[in-house]
Amino acid sequence: MTAPQTSNEIAYNGSMKILVMEDDREAADYLQKAFAEAGHTAHVAGDGETGFALADAGDYDVMVVDRLMPRRDGLSVIAALRSRGNTTPVLILSALGEVDDRVTGLRAGGDDYLTKPYAFSELLARVEVLNRRAGARESETVYRVGDLELDRLSHSVKRAGREITLQPREFRLLEYLMRHAGQVVTRTMLLENVWDYHFDPQTNVIDVHVSRLRGKIEKGFDKPILHTIRGAGYMLKGG
Amino acid sequence: MALSLPAIMKTTAARLSALYLLLFALCAVLLVFYMTSLSARMLTAQTQETINDEVLGLARAYQRGGLPVLVRVVENRSRQPGANLYLIADANGQILTGNVQSLEPGVIETEGWTTEPFSYQRFGEGELDRLRSGATDQPAPQAGDNSTPQSTGEKGHNAIALVLRLPNQMIMLVGRDLGEPERFRAVISRALTLALGMMGLGGLLIWFFVGRAALKRIDSVSDASRRIMGGDLSGRLPVTGAGDEFDRLSENLNAMLARIAMLNEGLKQVSDNIAHDLKTPLTRLRNRAEATLAGRHKTEDYRQALEGTIAESDQLIKTFNAILMISRLEAGYSSEQTGPVDLAATVSDVVELYEPVAEEAGVTLEATVPDAFTINGNRELIGQALSNIVDNAIKYSTDAAETPKVRVALERAGSEIKLTVTDNGHGIPDDADRARATERFVRLEKSRSQPGSGLGLSLAKAIMTFHNGRLDLLPANPGLSVVMSFPLRETH
Repeated sequence: MTAPQTSNEIAYNGSMKILVMEDDREAADYLQKAFAEAGHTAHVAGDGETGFALADAGDYDVMVVDRLMPRRDGLSVIAALRSRGNTTPVLILSALGEVDDRVTGLRAGGDDYLTKPYAFSELLARVEVLNRRAGARESETVYRVGDLELDRLSHSVKRAGREITLQPREFRLLEYLMRHAGQVVTRTMLLENVWDYHFDPQTNVIDVHVSRLRGKIEKGFDKPILHTIRGAGYMLKGG
Repeated sequence: MALSLPAIMKTTAARLSALYLLLFALCAVLLVFYMTSLSARMLTAQTQETINDEVLGLARAYQRGGLPVLVRVVENRSRQPGANLYLIADANGQILTGNVQSLEPGVIETEGWTTEPFSYQRFGEGELDRLRSGATDQPAPQAGDNSTPQSTGEKGHNAIALVLRLPNQMIMLVGRDLGEPERFRAVISRALTLALGMMGLGGLLIWFFVGRAALKRIDSVSDASRRIMGGDLSGRLPVTGAGDEFDRLSENLNAMLARIAMLNEGLKQVSDNIAHDLKTPLTRLRNRAEATLAGRHKTEDYRQALEGTIAESDQLIKTFNAILMISRLEAGYSSEQTGPVDLAATVSDVVELYEPVAEEAGVTLEATVPDAFTINGNRELIGQALSNIVDNAIKYSTDAAETPKVRVALERAGSEIKLTVTDNGHGIPDDADRARATERFVRLEKSRSQPGSGLGLSLAKAIMTFHNGRLDLLPANPGLSVVMSFPLRETH
């Protein structure tokens, strides 16, 4: 890997109010504590009915919903909330891991899907990206991060006014990183969103792609912009 | 086998035999009834005909010479041996002549055919009977004496007769003894009863030999299955070689047992492998944690140990997921949906995904892909299989003698679509090794130094099986060709 920029500090813009629906007491406590350490507030509901009531009454930024819960399963809670006009982003947690389970989950109104067991860094990165989605960066045609500029219409990338030539896939990779600038983006998130695959590659193919991209957008410039977040993923952040 | 009656009746053989016996008996009784009534009717008709002829002759005699001639003819005929019954009585029923000494009262009162057989006594028979029984004190019944019907009824014979009234109001009776038809009826009943008895005996014999034989076979099957249930999974049901239903049943059950044993063996092997492949890293994990706890370390050391722990558990999760996926695909209960997949696009995607890795490893990755090649399948799974194979090919081509090179080719070959990944590394020279390479957790000696779970090819194979396709490993001299063959049509 060329010049890895490692940093253990993860920068978060603003804290979130998160609702966690999880029936496993220990897992729920762990999530609550971990979210708090990351600077967010998490409320826990131990079953589907309580979760539905809390979600319906409270104003949450993101919900983390376990698929299998007592009294009411996760998918039906999500469907009920959606039919009541609740658009809070939902991340579904599930022990069922097949592609079709994911499809069912997303069809029921979930925004993202994570299979147990998961790494908290993965969950946190996904939850933060979900929250930002409410901020709708998707409508912007030009993304700017520091002195890096990406025009989604003309497919051109410039840094400090200098044109950078990227392959189509590299462009999509950078586009995704820039859309979530300032947020941690994990390798699986990149594989899912840039390549549309959900499996675990045996080799860290994504790292090589990212390091290539890094070479193009950092070589010849004095400031690093694409940071490696150890144990989590990558983050694009302007100085 | 000493069985009580209820226990015997519990056996299918006994119940079937009883049922057959009952049906046979019913049929036999009906047959007896039909046969006897038919033959009786035929004999009666024959008798009536004879009587009619007789009456006709007598009528001619009467016409010829009136009553005297008739009486003479009657007396004449009466004396002949084996004669019919003749009787002429006056208007009051007093017997005048004939060979009938007495008969049931009321028989001659009604003209025409007697409706039922009646009993009578010929001349001479009464005395004979009395002498035989020694009842001398009883007065001999008078001819036409209607007061002793019992004695005549009991000791006489049965007959049917035609009763006529002559123009001078005298009564004439012409009859015929029923001894012959009665005997015939008796013979038939006896024969049929005998037949019934034989049938009953036959039923019992059938049950004893056939039924009990079947029972024994079933019992042996039950015994064998009890043994198998008891844990002897290698046990099989007995097959006699007769090729009958029992043999077919046993053969099918044996085939089922063999399949179960195979699945069981597979399961055992998998759990052994899982135990091995998960136990090793789990032990490592535990040892590392223990070693870190023992003694004093710097904060940085703890951090490193924890990071190692996380990396190790991530690898465990990966392995576990792969095992689960293979099992689901192989067991055929995966719920993965299929649809049109552009194979060419999938190949391009995967090659593009691995291209930087190959370049970094100094491997040339080439792809020959037609414009479009659509099959029915699951894009995600095919992508994963291909990426595992390409991953392997890149890893194992690095030890090539020449420039390391991996070629991916997609082409149509007859009724199949072949997706071939060829490297020019050392390959797997040994045929047996090559065959073993797709088995779960098999990591050939040379590859032990390479990272990986040993599940990549097994997963690819399971995915090909899910797509009704094949995964073949062929020598490429030098190197190895991994061929994914998809059938052109009817993929899942």
